Amino acid sequence: MHPETVHITPYRSHAWVLITLLTFTVITVTVTWIDLSALTVFIALLIASVKSFIVLTYFMHLKYESTLFRVFVFIVLFIYVLVILFTLADYAYR
Amino acid sequence: MEHRDDIGAKLGMWLFIFTEILLFGGLFLVYAIMRSSYPDEFHQAAHHLNAFIGTINTVVLLLSSATVAMSITAIQKGNKKLAVILLFITLLCAAAFMVNKYFEWGHKIHIGLYPGSDLMVTLSHGQVMFFSLYYFMTGLHMFHLVVGGIILTIVMIKVKKGTINADRYVLLENGGLYWHLVDLIWIFLFPLLYLIT
Repeated sequence: MHPETVHITPYRSHAWVLITLLTFTVITVTVTWIDLSALTVFIALLIASVKSFIVLTYFMHLKYESTLFRVFVFIVLFIYVLVILFTLADYAYR
Repeated sequence: MEHRDDIGAKLGMWLFIFTEILLFGGLFLVYAIMRSSYPDEFHQAAHHLNAFIGTINTVVLLLSSATVAMSITAIQKGNKKLAVILLFITLLCAAAFMVNKYFEWGHKIHIGLYPGSDLMVTLSHGQVMFFSLYYFMTGLHMFHLVVGGIILTIVMIKVKKGTINADRYVLLENGGLYWHLVDLIWIFLFPLLYLIT
């Protein structure tokens, strides 16, 4: 391990990430006060996905790890999405 | 020279995290199916959940995630004291989360809303499914939070002793990864359970 290749994230960046995540939390809570019926779940999941992307990228340092880590995470999430789609399709068309 | 492979250690931690994602992923899948089968019952049952406590706990977990991430910055810069303080704040957040959960679950159990209670058997199948998933998913999540708290306590002691330092801190990174996973799961649990009213 060469210390000079290590990426040190400044405290400020972490603080900004936290503020962004808290902002999204406020949005996800306030959005439920408006009745959007079918869209509610979609918006909630969309915001949750954006928040997890931020956590994975910055807090979990995926941005600064080797490509291998990102490929692994992508494959796992891809497989999980496939499992969801196949199961839901099975329920919808049986 | 001592053998050491930080990338390998982190990759191992990620592989473990993948198994956790699939564990909770399975439960989220059950949730999705049950919710589409019983939309009205889920809607009614979710009214019993305290969205305020849920929101407070979301903020607490996000804050604790940020302090863990910052403690890595602190150790990289060689600021041992700050790293310990930040980890301690994280543990305080974990404790606050548990206290909130205690009151939340305590209230529900007090009014008789728990699996197998007299009140629960009178509810419709969809509502029973909602509360079973609520207790199981938040319970399993809380179990992870306790484990994460124990790991971070060990990490904090090691930072204090100097076994984790500016030169070798992969254990802190892996402990942090686990803690972020706990946060990640809550990011989905919170809107799906608390905010669907």
